[in-house]
Amino acid sequence: MMRGVVRRLPALARLSGSSGSSSSFCTAGVPFVHDAQECNKGFGFQEDGGVLFRSPSRVTGFLFHRGFASDALAGESAGTMAVPATVAALKNPTGKITYDESVHERHPPGDPSKKAFTYLVLTGGRFVYASALRLLALKLILSMSASRDVLALASLEVDVSNIEPGMTVTVKWRGKPVFIRHRTEQDIKLANSVNLHELRDPEEDSARVINPEWLVVVGVCTHLGCVPLPNAGDYGGWFCPCHGSHYDISGRARKGPAPFNLEVPTYKFMEDTRLLIG
Amino acid sequence: MVRRLSILKQPIFSTLNNHLIDYPTPSNLSYWWSFGSLAGLCLVIQIITGVFLAMHYTPHVDLAFLSVEHIMRDVKGGWLLRYMHANGASMFFIVVYLHIFRGLYYGSYASPRELVWCLGVVILLLMIVTAFIGYGKLRQMSFWGATVITSLASAIPVVGDTIVTWLWGGFSVDNATLNRFFSPHYLLPFIIAGAAILHLAALHQYGSNNPLGINSSVDKIAFYPYFYVKDLVGWVAFAIFFSIFVFYAPNVLGHPDNYIPANPMSTPAHIVPEWYFLPVYAILRSISNKSGGVAAIGLVFVSLFALPFINTSYVRSSSFRPIHQKLFWLLLADCLLLGWIGCQPVEAPYVTIGQIASVGFFFYFAITPILGKLEARLIQNSNVCEDLSPRKLSHIFKNLLDVVK
Repeated sequence: MMRGVVRRLPALARLSGSSGSSSSFCTAGVPFVHDAQECNKGFGFQEDGGVLFRSPSRVTGFLFHRGFASDALAGESAGTMAVPATVAALKNPTGKITYDESVHERHPPGDPSKKAFTYLVLTGGRFVYASALRLLALKLILSMSASRDVLALASLEVDVSNIEPGMTVTVKWRGKPVFIRHRTEQDIKLANSVNLHELRDPEEDSARVINPEWLVVVGVCTHLGCVPLPNAGDYGGWFCPCHGSHYDISGRARKGPAPFNLEVPTYKFMEDTRLLIG
Repeated sequence: MVRRLSILKQPIFSTLNNHLIDYPTPSNLSYWWSFGSLAGLCLVIQIITGVFLAMHYTPHVDLAFLSVEHIMRDVKGGWLLRYMHANGASMFFIVVYLHIFRGLYYGSYASPRELVWCLGVVILLLMIVTAFIGYGKLRQMSFWGATVITSLASAIPVVGDTIVTWLWGGFSVDNATLNRFFSPHYLLPFIIAGAAILHLAALHQYGSNNPLGINSSVDKIAFYPYFYVKDLVGWVAFAIFFSIFVFYAPNVLGHPDNYIPANPMSTPAHIVPEWYFLPVYAILRSISNKSGGVAAIGLVFVSLFALPFINTSYVRSSSFRPIHQKLFWLLLADCLLLGWIGCQPVEAPYVTIGQIASVGFFFYFAITPILGKLEARLIQNSNVCEDLSPRKLSHIFKNLLDVVK
């Protein structure tokens, strides 16, 4: 109750002590551990409805008084301005901890009054720091991904109008060779006439082409990566000289150590005679 | 039993605990003490952005300029890396200069913290070298700046020209120079990091100074959480300031001529180094003699190194040194003036102003040995302590120094 009264007048409150109550709790003003007798002894306090003024400089005292915490301890010495509070504090060392609440209210540890708001603010801050760190990490890691000039070369347009039937053309796409074969009627018939059970990697020819007239496969042997030679081998397709794999006219592995058929990249026809690979 | 198993008591972690968590710190430190950790943050930012930039940069004379444009345009987030690194260098110098001036004002360089100060000057020198060689070589301003400054070595008598040719790896700043600058540019920041750790270790020998400049053993509080939070506030404020440059004005601290590829046949009309070199550059240009200019730069750093040892004041903080306080602000104004002079052409009246300002700079250091004694004498003469003779007062001051460690 005393505490509440004193808080309403913070500027004056710091000069007050508690008279009549001999408890040792810290008031909202300068917290004294003293009782009424001490109060009157040291400063000549006057009581006025719970708010006390220091004499002699009653009126102006609170304006110029700096409210050092050591004032609490200087109460024991005689007079007010004779010995500066800081000197008095040094001359009378004590283990008492005193707090100066003229600046702002003090909440002792464990005091629940503003805990929720404080935690809200701090947690909000932590969310911001976490998102900033996340952003920084992402920017750094993603800076290592393919840059725009590399991505620009990730798709390749090919004009196939000049490729005669029976011709195979090799283009470079994403650093690898791609075979584009303009297949003849014979080639297509041959590709379709294969029994799937004979194939180590069974695939219908129709599943490997968009337009049966054009075969587009990546020219990298599925064994260990060499580039197969066109128009070679026993099956009318390609032959890899490194370890002797044979591929047919649909790019499927038929003989030799290659485990899979030649890869078919993603491609589409933008027009009849223009391919977009990748 | 559980306390002994606490992770903070285990090896390595215990060091972390003793220096960063349960470390006794003066309770009255102001925000001027946040610049140290901020400088560490800047170093980390530079190293991280630098390492990632180096993944995309090509240090070859034909490709360097293009590789930087590649970073800016093609690499994902490359623009951010580049602007953070370039502006981060400026930020690093702003923070470090403020940190140094804090040290000058509050007498943090004074005994027993001489080693902290000297290590700091070493860090500053390393930073200057690193920034200079990192500035690139293949843009108009960088190329000519590099040519001018490396040519300073020719001031050395007899072997000067040989040294410059050796430094260049040729007859001008060219591919060889670029490569041999890039390698130490990657290395030196790690040396700086090592020096920074030594700097911190030297500081922790006696603990931080404080705004009052007096012994703070009577009131120390744990570094964590109080100064962790205080530094965090500083870091957030810095992040905002940094972001203004990186996102809204990324080229304002640079020079537009640096977007022109280097042309060895034509020097720009006004060569200027980066802003953080301007004060030293102004001092260099103030002396018409070539070797004299180089000697003047050397003298700047010698003065900085010598400061703790020529100081005679028993009082640290300028709060209690009214004359030094005025001189401090004059020094700051003088440095700003020198900076401005540094980017002016070498004509009247700038030359004369620059010369006066250079003298003013050295005056601060020259007056230091006298100033401490002068202020002590003035205190004695002001009859503050009537019952003490001047002799007794000096005796007290001297003993104070032992206590105030």
